Parts: sequence; C-alpha cells; structure tokens
Amino acid sequence: MTILVVADFEEGSLKASTASAVAAASLAGGPVTLLVAGHGAEGAGPEASKLHGVERVLAVETPEHPSPETIAAQVLANCGGCSHIFFAMSFLNRAAMPRVAAKLGVSPLSEVSAVLGPHTFRRAIYAGGVITTVQCPEGAVVVATVRTTSFEPAAADGAAAVAPGAAAPAFEGSVFVTSDVKKSDRPELLTAKRVVAGGQGLEDAAGFQALDRLAAKLGAAVGATRVAVDAGLAPNEWQVGQTGKIVAPDLYMAFGISGALQHLAGMMGSKVIVAVNKDPEAPIFEVCDYGLVADAKESVAELLKAL
Amino acid sequence: MKVLVAVKRVVDYNVKVHALADGSGLDVDGKPAVRRSLNPFDEIAVEASVHLKETGAADEVVAVSVGEAKAVDTLRVALAMGADRGILVHTDAKTEPLGVARLLKAVVDREKPDLVAVGKQAIDDDAGQTGAMLAALMDAPFGANANSVELKDGALYVSSQTVDGTELRKLSLPAVFAADLRLAEPRYVTLPSMMKARRKPVETIEAETFGADFAPQLKITRYDAPPARKAGVMVGSVAELVEKLRCEAKVL
Repeated sequence: MTILVVADFEEGSLKASTASAVAAASLAGGPVTLLVAGHGAEGAGPEASKLHGVERVLAVETPEHPSPETIAAQVLANCGGCSHIFFAMSFLNRAAMPRVAAKLGVSPLSEVSAVLGPHTFRRAIYAGGVITTVQCPEGAVVVATVRTTSFEPAAADGAAAVAPGAAAPAFEGSVFVTSDVKKSDRPELLTAKRVVAGGQGLEDAAGFQALDRLAAKLGAAVGATRVAVDAGLAPNEWQVGQTGKIVAPDLYMAFGISGALQHLAGMMGSKVIVAVNKDPEAPIFEVCDYGLVADAKESVAELLKAL
Repeated sequence: MKVLVAVKRVVDYNVKVHALADGSGLDVDGKPAVRRSLNPFDEIAVEASVHLKETGAADEVVAVSVGEAKAVDTLRVALAMGADRGILVHTDAKTEPLGVARLLKAVVDREKPDLVAVGKQAIDDDAGQTGAMLAALMDAPFGANANSVELKDGALYVSSQTVDGTELRKLSLPAVFAADLRLAEPRYVTLPSMMKARRKPVETIEAETFGADFAPQLKITRYDAPPARKAGVMVGSVAELVEKLRCEAKVL
C-alpha cells in the first residue's frame, strides 16, 4: 500500500494543510510519498522531507500560476501503483482532485474528516448537519481531499529523501492572466488559533474596523457571514461557512451573527464559541459556550477597552 | 454559441436535515412532502448563463438535470429564468458526481455546447466535484469558484475566488465553469414566466440509453448527527465574559 499526498504550498513554503493531510494519510496506513508539484516545488522540498510519516518527497516544478489541470497532470504522472491519493486542501487541489479521480474512473471523497481504516472514512454532508461513514471499494484507488481542521498536523521530525518526480506537460487550455491577492496583517483564517467574526449585527464598515482592531489585539483572524460579505462590509475571503472557509480555532467569537445553518457549518468545530447578539432567540446561542445578549458593536468597543 | 447548464434538485436549503437515530438514513429520505428546490449554486449558474444570452454572447441556453422524474420541476424553474429548453436524463437510481459527470458528458457529446455551467457544489452532498469531473472527461479547462465570467475573442475569461483573493484565467473553449455565490444575483421567478416555461420543450432521455456506467462506487454505511456540544452559559456583561474566558475557558 502506497499513499500519495499532494502538498499545498506557496512561495516555497508548505501550508499547514499539508501536515494535516500527511497525518490523515498515516492513519490510513502509509508509507507516504509526498508530491510537491507546482511553481517553487524544489524550494519546498526540504521542509516537506521533515514531515513525520513521509518516506520520500517527489518534487515537480511547473511554470508560475499552474492551473488545476496542470497539477492534476503531475499527480497522474506520479500516482502509478498508489492505493490512495490524498490532496491537502487548497483552492488548486480542490479543483485538481476530481479531475484526477475522473481520469482514474473512481468516485472520490471531498473533505474527509476522519480516517477509520484504509477504506473507511467520515465526511460531512448537508452543511455539517449529518456525518456520513463511507466505505470505498477495496482494490480501487482512494482519492480524497483532507479537511485541514480535522487532523492534528504531522510533526516535523522526519528526514525523507527528496527526488525529482515525473513531470507531465503543462495544460495549455487554461492561461493565467492576473491575480488580486489580499494581503493581511492578521493570521490566516484557516489556521488561526483565535477568530473574531462579524455579521449583520455589526451594522457598518466602522463596526468591522473595530472588529479588526479587536483581532489585532487578540492576535486573531477576522471572519464574516455571507450577509456581511454581500453587504460589502467584509471581503469574500473572510466568509466562514458551508460555502466559505471551515475553521476550528481554540476561540471563535461571533458578533452580531444570528447563526444560520450555513454559517454554523464553518465554525462548529471550534473549541470555545462565544456569541454576542442582541436577539436572545438567535440560533447561535444554541451552540455557544458563552453567550451575551447585547449590542454587538458596543460589545466590541467594550472588549477593546477591557483587553 | 451554446451554453449547457446543469441543475440539481435538492432538499431546500432552509430545511434542517437530520440523521435517523439508528444511523440508517436521513429523516428526509423518501418524503416527498419535504420541500425541494433548485440547488442555490445552480440557480446562480442558470442566471449567469441566461445573462450571457441576454448580452448577446450566447445564442441558446440548454438546462440539463440528472435524476428522478420530479427533476422536471427543477428544469422548469431554469426555463422560467430564461433557459430555452430542458433535458432530463432520467434515472431513479442513486447517483454520485462521477456517474452524473459521465451522463453529462454523453449529453455534451450530443449537444456540443461551447460552454458548460454548473454550481460549485450541491448543498446536499457538499461534494463540489461534478464540474471538474465533467471538464476532465471532456479534456476541457475548468473555471473553479467563478465570481465573474466573460466570453471574449473565442475564449472564456473566468475570475475565480481563491483562498486569499481572486485569479483571472483565460480558458479555451469548450470550457466548464462552476458558479460561486457572487457570480450573479438570481432573478425572481414570476408566475407569468413560470406559465411561459410550461410551453418550452423538455426532453426526457433514459439514463441507460447512453451506455455510461453511472453505478455508485461508494457505500454510505452510517449517517450520524455531529457530536453534540455541551450546553453553554449566558453571561450578563462584557466584564463577566472576559473573566470567564480568562479563568474558566483559559482562552485569553
């Protein structure tokens, strides 16, 4: 049994999702071959070789801004004989994974949240309202993305060898034009230990500016609801929920968030949930550890003074 | 220019779905009374497709759905929104995204669209796989999480929502794109448009006639509720909240 893990990295540095995917792969059996494919792959090799459970690292360099199709081609060129292919969650891998599965003719699993055995996994459906246990057929390759927040990242105490992987030609039908990346001083939302999030109850841009100051004070990332993003109060990248990001920090503070199912899907795994909302009937109070019925905006201001 | 848009009939997003106590299924299984709707992301894909027609970039929009006979209702919504005709690939069997992608590929081979629009995920299985799989079977490029699309110079310009921003790519045609939330604001379906949609053609094709293998490969052995959270406490003030977070939860 050989397990291929497809890394997520940026600018020659691995993302936390890669260590989580390696951890999931080790639970499925191992040994793990880590495929680092993309632009700057060789630079990420040394870091990749340290992840616990990784037996070897294959590095495949691609042109800048590879398409999902190009990543899928590199995976297909390197997955011969593999029993499993796990993709660390990222924008690119999420799109590349089904392409690989379709080319292999297997039904894949999106966002595996638990590994019960080499062919048995758990994953959420219906916005996290139901957890399914899924049995993959033995003898077929298991293809899956791994939910980052569900697995404790593998430690960096290994020493695997790095070798060049097989390189497939880049896919020509998808050409990068431009990108607009929002750089923030705050920690990354997906891996932050603390998240402060705002909804409609923060009312306006000033409310979100105050929330951002609170985030700075707490060393937290900022999240938002769909309603807040739709209203232009927060950028798309901040959206937490079924269709945004799934987070599971130690502390999640929800200000002026009612707690729609679609939002809860993105933060129910948080260790401690705090809800501040002026509506005592808001569903968010049913899932919080600490609730405060109060004006969200005023509470953020008070917290800024108190901390 | 022809656009094919794939739509799925799902349990309405406002319905809270639960696992049965014995883990054997879902409380909505086999209950026709539970409200079903057009998957919200597919609604956005239909809107974007119809918009391409209204702006002259596309000539025809064909809506396609794979599933039970009732999915015709879903196709009618797409027609009421402005799609020209519908195709139901009929099967009562359970399907997975790979099987659906294979059936859609058969429809693509017949219809030869320049562009295929899908929603980025269905809110029931939350898989987010079908569009990318269809693109793979077509050997075509895929525009993931599209928050804007433009047809220009015989190519599709797609802006995708990434983890930390957006990325604009130029895709050769035919291409597949998956609608994200902010691609378009779906129009309201009016009664007159619904009446008009009833006169638009909907063709039913039995899935088996395509000769594609759409049998499920995965087996769901259990359905469970997510782990319950212990009941929380209400505090009376920000000061009390800070005290609890510091001394009790020890997260500050």
